[in-house]
Amino acid sequence: MSEAVRFHFTVDGDDFTSAGQASVQVKKNLRTLGIAPEIIRKVSIAMYEGEINMVIHAGGGEADVLIFEDRIEIHLCDNGPGIANIDLAMQEGFSTAPDNIRSLGFGAGMGLPNMKRYSDSITIDSALGKGTKILMTVNLS
Amino acid sequence: MKVCDVAEKFSLKPLSVADSSREITGVYIGDLLSWVMGRAESGDAWITIMSNINIVAVASLADVACIILAEGVVPDENVCITALQKGINIYTSDKTAYELAAALAQCLL
Repeated sequence: MSEAVRFHFTVDGDDFTSAGQASVQVKKNLRTLGIAPEIIRKVSIAMYEGEINMVIHAGGGEADVLIFEDRIEIHLCDNGPGIANIDLAMQEGFSTAPDNIRSLGFGAGMGLPNMKRYSDSITIDSALGKGTKILMTVNLS
Repeated sequence: MKVCDVAEKFSLKPLSVADSSREITGVYIGDLLSWVMGRAESGDAWITIMSNINIVAVASLADVACIILAEGVVPDENVCITALQKGINIYTSDKTAYELAAALAQCLL
């Protein structure tokens, strides 16, 4: 089996105006690799939501996208406050985003639900005060 | 119907014209970005009053045909510059979202 293609990004937690740059770059890279448009849409939307969450809640983090023959993995890692109640956070409409973030059009409580909707599997490993690790997988077949 | 044809027919004011030959296949109205991201379809005309820089990334990732800013909303110049660089069409109109959607429905439905 051939080695996975990997893209690594550092998500800047201080610059909300540049949030989403990693996702847009991933979209470009996947298009260059000839990945199907619907797969690109799923990966880039799922990753964007994760990227935005890291900016809003965790002060940034690291993102890795690995492309295998049969799947694309999105690994997100931050050292933020962690998610207190993952089941609650997965519910559409639940949000802990502050008002200044809501005024920008975020904080609708759709981040994690969208990440689940647009990936074929998602695992969330979060510890309060330590951070959150998320793995999303989008199947290619 | 192409973006350029819709723009001309409804007198939309161009703010960023990156690819006006894109076909509009539907309409989505919304200001909550994650909601738009999750629900808008590729090829939609996205009608919104949200005008911060993040609309460019959302439009790019959701692959909408264009953004139409309703009620005369005009974004900062850097939003238009970034949109042009990212290949995103942005127009503005004095019409409300409802009026724009009703007008577009005549062409699309």
